[in-house]
Amino acid sequence: MTRAPERSRPAPPTPSPAQAVGRPLDRVDGPAKTAGLARYTADHHVPDLAHAALVHATVARGRITGLDTADAEAVGGVLAVLTHHNAPRMTPPAPVSALDLSTLAPGTTVDYLNTDRVHWNGQPVAVVVADSPDTARQAARLVRVTYEVEPAVTDFAAAQDDAVPLRGTLLVLGEERTGDAERALATAPVVVDHRYTTPAQSHHAMEPHATVAVWNGDRLTVHEGSQDVDWARRHLARRFGVPLAGVRVLSPHVGGGFGGKAPVWAGTVLTVLAARATGRAVRMVLSREDVIRTVGGRTPTVQRVALGAQRDGTLTALLHTGVSQVGRVGGTPEPVGSQSRHLYAAPHIWIRHSTTTLDVLPTAHMRAPGEAVGTFALESAVDELAVALGMDPVELRMRNEPDRDPLDGKRFSRRDLRAAYARGAERFGWAERTPSPRSMRDGHWLVGRGVATAFHLPVRLPADVTVRLRADGTVLVRCAFHEIGVGAATAQTQVAADALGVPVEAVTVEHGDTELPVGPQAGGSGQTASVATALLEACEELKRSVLALARRSPSSPLRGRRLSELRAGRGGLYRADAPDRGETYGVILTRAGRAEIEVRTAAGTRLGRTLQQARAAAGWFRDRRRWVRAVTGAHFCEVRVDEHTGEVRVSRWLGVFDVGRVVNPKTATSQLRGGIVMGIGAALSEETLVDPRTGRTVNPGLAEYHVPVQADLPRIEVDYLDEPDPTTPLGLLGVGEVGITGVAAAVANAVHHATGVRVRDLPVTLDRLL
Amino acid sequence: MRLTCTVNGDRHEVDDVWEGESLLYVLRERMGLPGSKNACEQGECGSCTVYLDGVPVCACLVAAGQAQGREVGTVEGLAGPGELHPVQEAFLEAGAVQCGFCTPGLLVATDDLVRRSRAEGRRPADAEIREALAGNLCRCTGYEKILDAVRLAADRMAGEAR
Ligand code: FES
Ligand code: FES
Repeated sequence: MTRAPERSRPAPPTPSPAQAVGRPLDRVDGPAKTAGLARYTADHHVPDLAHAALVHATVARGRITGLDTADAEAVGGVLAVLTHHNAPRMTPPAPVSALDLSTLAPGTTVDYLNTDRVHWNGQPVAVVVADSPDTARQAARLVRVTYEVEPAVTDFAAAQDDAVPLRGTLLVLGEERTGDAERALATAPVVVDHRYTTPAQSHHAMEPHATVAVWNGDRLTVHEGSQDVDWARRHLARRFGVPLAGVRVLSPHVGGGFGGKAPVWAGTVLTVLAARATGRAVRMVLSREDVIRTVGGRTPTVQRVALGAQRDGTLTALLHTGVSQVGRVGGTPEPVGSQSRHLYAAPHIWIRHSTTTLDVLPTAHMRAPGEAVGTFALESAVDELAVALGMDPVELRMRNEPDRDPLDGKRFSRRDLRAAYARGAERFGWAERTPSPRSMRDGHWLVGRGVATAFHLPVRLPADVTVRLRADGTVLVRCAFHEIGVGAATAQTQVAADALGVPVEAVTVEHGDTELPVGPQAGGSGQTASVATALLEACEELKRSVLALARRSPSSPLRGRRLSELRAGRGGLYRADAPDRGETYGVILTRAGRAEIEVRTAAGTRLGRTLQQARAAAGWFRDRRRWVRAVTGAHFCEVRVDEHTGEVRVSRWLGVFDVGRVVNPKTATSQLRGGIVMGIGAALSEETLVDPRTGRTVNPGLAEYHVPVQADLPRIEVDYLDEPDPTTPLGLLGVGEVGITGVAAAVANAVHHATGVRVRDLPVTLDRLL
Repeated sequence: MRLTCTVNGDRHEVDDVWEGESLLYVLRERMGLPGSKNACEQGECGSCTVYLDGVPVCACLVAAGQAQGREVGTVEGLAGPGELHPVQEAFLEAGAVQCGFCTPGLLVATDDLVRRSRAEGRRPADAEIREALAGNLCRCTGYEKILDAVRLAADRMAGEAR
């Protein structure tokens, strides 16, 4: 096989060839995806399929007073027009409980089509079912709805004064402090204190949300692009009052998620409802406009960052407060101060989060909730401090690099931001930068360079895994994790191959199906490490079972040996002290008359799962008490700003990351790079525009919401330290979200260096520079 | 109306096509070829890129009737059954595929770009690649490996007969 050039990484790590982990293997799903044969939800055809389309409310708050469906029903091919008058009843969503995280599944608390209340401009108020998608959509346009409009709060900027501080819970970051930041700020010799804003943003995964629902009596099968099939299954079982065991959710291929496909949104529930009501299999593929009207995006934020420092750059005070938005019927605030608790060694720190509640579509988590926008404010402010001090921004950061967590003195499980900055500065040629703004130019282009720190806290979640080893030497790994594009199945193939000492070609991984053992959500950058932890445990257990079989035979060279004395390799177990003494799994199983042997990490029973979850949660809390487990990085950015038009072009980029061990450089670097590019979008163009008078999103499509395209970008270089975290199995942490963090600040800092203009409101559009 | 056209070398005839239907709809829903993806339906993302008489188009913007009597090429037809075309191989090996939703359209657009430059006896320059593929959005990869894949495909296809 020819390897593609890893252009942005001059010296790739060269682990021993026997190891799969660490090698840039091709994706296991690559052949199907490049052949156009990978089937996503919208590609599923099932017999007798009907199609559904949504009708959206056009007011922000009120009550439906009239529904005229006659014209829609008269369209040939229309099977049903469902409204709150005729839709089957559902059980409302369960209240949120920290004891059952699947209660977080619904994106909103609205009882769709079981209520005449309207809670946001765009809420589905009717569903048309027809024998073709075009017919359903055409008829949906003919449904006429009248409303009794009630006063609504729809202007985020105006709702600031009503923001309420968040109380911290297990699930939500509230207020945190050490020392007295306000006092320290008042007496600091150098102070910067500014307000920063970031707009609402949308995930815009390329695959629009889609659902196929098939009822068979009380049994329900759902095809759905999902980041959490277990949540989807539990939520649907509850809403439709059917046994959990009868609900199956399949999600083998997901066309991107970024957080938007973790909750269960209206489209999913209403497709299942439509299938229930009509007795047909129903598919609903949301248009991009439907997605933006019904799937929550990132909250807008207003943040204050104040920094106090000595003249030598030593930070004395760090204050970071922020307001984010939720909807009256649900939503997730963003902990914008998350990174500010851990990044700088200030003796006085105060972090506070507040929310304001609007009559709009509930917000949802989007890639690196908290840090993605929080780093914009913090890392811009640090740059402003560097300017105020006349100090190099890298040097200022290194001066304040903490040895222990600044808030509570905990150890970092690993942290080598110094090495990341040192490597980055060298590769980028940071020393060539002349410090003063507007001091570098190339014709009519003003050239500027900026840096910013990336920071993310990956989560760890419980996972159930089964591993089956067959006498022919092949291995089957089963776990309902999610392939949203990250290369999850490929990574677990590599982990299993190494753990059992078999070639990667011998391993098959099944995922994305609730019939499999329950896996973790694809979220919080935790899926790969979480599944790998369970998978390694299962592989150990499996090897123990195989050894037990071998030891029964008097002829086995493994007789009398303990597992700790053996190495897995060459498709079997061999003695560490005498590598030619051992035997293959095939020989052991065949001799024992076994076609296969299987282990699973948690008992398939409910009790077994509860115990396993409790164990995982206990481990997580123990770890949290001991360590701060974070991933970090250093972004180096060069921009060119047209002196006359204010047009900003990003002309160079280098990100150097400290993310623990990397399972697969080919997929991991793309994850990091994709995050950087999404961050460049946030920096320069991305903004979901909501009309403050009506609460209606006015740019619900890719024509008016600008995500970066190839022609907008320079080569994005990505590098990483590749040093294992000493506190996790295999040294894995997580790479999915850290890439986007810090990016917008690096751009804004470079823009300031180029132009002398400080932009504190994203996105940095040209009108802000003229 | 009845629509007759050639798709990936096979003659297709479909009845009862509604005048407002897009070529993308016909391919996906009526011809059993869901490889081309629908991500925006407004010509913004390129996920639906197919060949129409050898010219790449956004199939979501082409009315089905416009394909009457013409030749359509989709991702499913780039290579023979069970095979991968050099462009597909390059995407796989370069790591240019993540979620894969943008991939089918990008493959067709890349194939076109590489063919055109090969016909002129050269390989596409980086700036040209970025411009040519600017209409194909990818939200996952950050594009760099897509560029790698295009260069790799251009290198491989340079050796083939024209
Ligand atoms: S679906 Fe045709 S361009 Fe997006
Ligand atoms: S790979 Fe997901 S959109 Fe390109």
